[in-house]
Amino acid sequence: MRIILIIIIKEFKQIFRNKQMLPIIFAIPIVQLIVLVNAATFEIKKINIDVVDYDNSTSSRGLINNFLSTNYFILNNVTKNYENSMEDINKNNTKMILIIPSNFEKDLFRSQSPKVQFLINAEDGSAAGISYNYANNIILSYNQSILSELKVINKPLSLSSINIIDKYWYNPKMNYKQYMIPGILGILVSIIALFLSGMNIVREKEIGTIEQLNVTPIKKYQFIIGKLFPFWIIGMFELAFGLTVAWLIYGLLAEGSLYLVFGMASVYLLIILAGGLLISTMTDTQQQALFIAFFFLVVLILMSGLFTPVDSMPNWAQWVAFFDPFTHFVEILRRVMLKGANLNEIKEPAITIIIYAIAMLSLAIWKYKKVSD
Amino acid sequence: MNKEIIIKVENLTKKFGNFVAVDSISFEVYKGEIFGFLGANGAGKTTAIKMLIALHSPSSGKANVAGFDVFKESEKIKKNIGYMSQKFSLYEDLTVQENINFYGGIYGLSKKELKEKSEILFKELGIEEFRNEMVVSLPLGWKQKIAFSIAVIHNPSIVFLDEPTGGVDPITRRQFWEMIYKAAHNGTTIFVTTHYMDEAEYCDRVSIMVDGKIADLDTPQMLKNKHNAKSMDEVFIKLARGL
Repeated sequence: MRIILIIIIKEFKQIFRNKQMLPIIFAIPIVQLIVLVNAATFEIKKINIDVVDYDNSTSSRGLINNFLSTNYFILNNVTKNYENSMEDINKNNTKMILIIPSNFEKDLFRSQSPKVQFLINAEDGSAAGISYNYANNIILSYNQSILSELKVINKPLSLSSINIIDKYWYNPKMNYKQYMIPGILGILVSIIALFLSGMNIVREKEIGTIEQLNVTPIKKYQFIIGKLFPFWIIGMFELAFGLTVAWLIYGLLAEGSLYLVFGMASVYLLIILAGGLLISTMTDTQQQALFIAFFFLVVLILMSGLFTPVDSMPNWAQWVAFFDPFTHFVEILRRVMLKGANLNEIKEPAITIIIYAIAMLSLAIWKYKKVSD
Repeated sequence: MNKEIIIKVENLTKKFGNFVAVDSISFEVYKGEIFGFLGANGAGKTTAIKMLIALHSPSSGKANVAGFDVFKESEKIKKNIGYMSQKFSLYEDLTVQENINFYGGIYGLSKKELKEKSEILFKELGIEEFRNEMVVSLPLGWKQKIAFSIAVIHNPSIVFLDEPTGGVDPITRRQFWEMIYKAAHNGTTIFVTTHYMDEAEYCDRVSIMVDGKIADLDTPQMLKNKHNAKSMDEVFIKLARGL
């Protein structure tokens, strides 16, 4: 016990004497939470739109106003001909063109089903689909409002009598940031723990002190606990700091128990730290370790369903995602923080990461050798 | 000199794939002697030392260090030996005192023992003013002397020194060897590799390794007589070139 403590004291001294360390520990969470949370959004808003209004009537202007009164579209340009607007698309000034033909108003009042045309830049297919849906909804509601105006004068028209009112649970304002924050906190903890632990032991290899340690009667478990514990503490501290920043900036407080959040994080950190130790034992220089850590981190994050839902991945990728501990950790964080899930409700991912932690630690301890062959 | 054997090596071999780094060497080291382990670069000295201090597992052969078997009792060996490697082994971002506390603590020295040992060390080396300096800021010669003091802080019965004086000026080398003599005088066995042939003259007995084998082993005087040489330099060159 005393030997473990001696190692831990030495590690903490070295960590905090490293002048880059404190900025890393404090700057990364702030930058990630401010920049990434805002940038990593799938919300499609403020789509630039060109309107080609051949009709130039009260009705056509009414329709255009309907578009602009939402948050979704921003008028880029009103042109009198289609070529000008196509040029805007080609120059990437606008994403979408609404073309209103010249007899739009006439057709509308004669109930001859007037037509409008959308031209959407579909380089980003899903964004184009979403833009189309928005536009379609606006046209529909415009239709309804025209119909109800006309109804007064003409024969009664059958209006759809079922009105759908949406209510979004767990994230009532459909705030994408809320959804991203738990994921970003997960990334934060993973980066800090993986990189710091991965670099640490290999650094001792580089400067040669590992050999000196290996000729001492230090036991394997003492060495590993002494080495990893400081980074476990730092990882937990990062999570606490990140949660505080998220609360201060976005007002996000975990719905569920914070004990559960930290409890699960403490298990998850074991997986990452064991991974860092494995990388350390398999490499000889910090540079190699850095490359490997970076590679795994990218895979961990991209396969995890943080940015793309796991359910829409191909089957084989879903399997990879299942073996990605980050998938389960983000799942847990989201459920606990946004839905207020209790331990019973996150049983599956919780058990998965506990098994994972045991397996990874065993592997890392087994691979670490004081004696080389 | 009493001839109590402290290291006994029989047909010790280390292979890396097809390459035989250490080829069936056998020798004995007596308690309290300064045993020089010489050889050209790549002759297999470092590999041999690493097997004796249980950093490498031998491919075959037998070795007993401080009464323990290198195959079965490597952790017991580690309690009883000190080691100073070619590579500098103190933590540069810790102070001298912190290095002492760390390494001493790992060997299980109590706080009281650490305190006493530190006082003696700082007094003997006369470096009280460096106590709370980061090791990185010290001159190389001092670092080496401190590294040696720390390698023997737990009173090991044997200390292995792998080219301890590389890159050090002659005066510091001299002082370093005074420290070695002093440790030997106190009963510590010294197992030292070096490239400096004048240092070989300071040893009680010297073995010279060539291509993984021990080409010869004797006192410096006997070696010179045997090989009809004026200096250890000449002995070394004759053996290394196979003359």
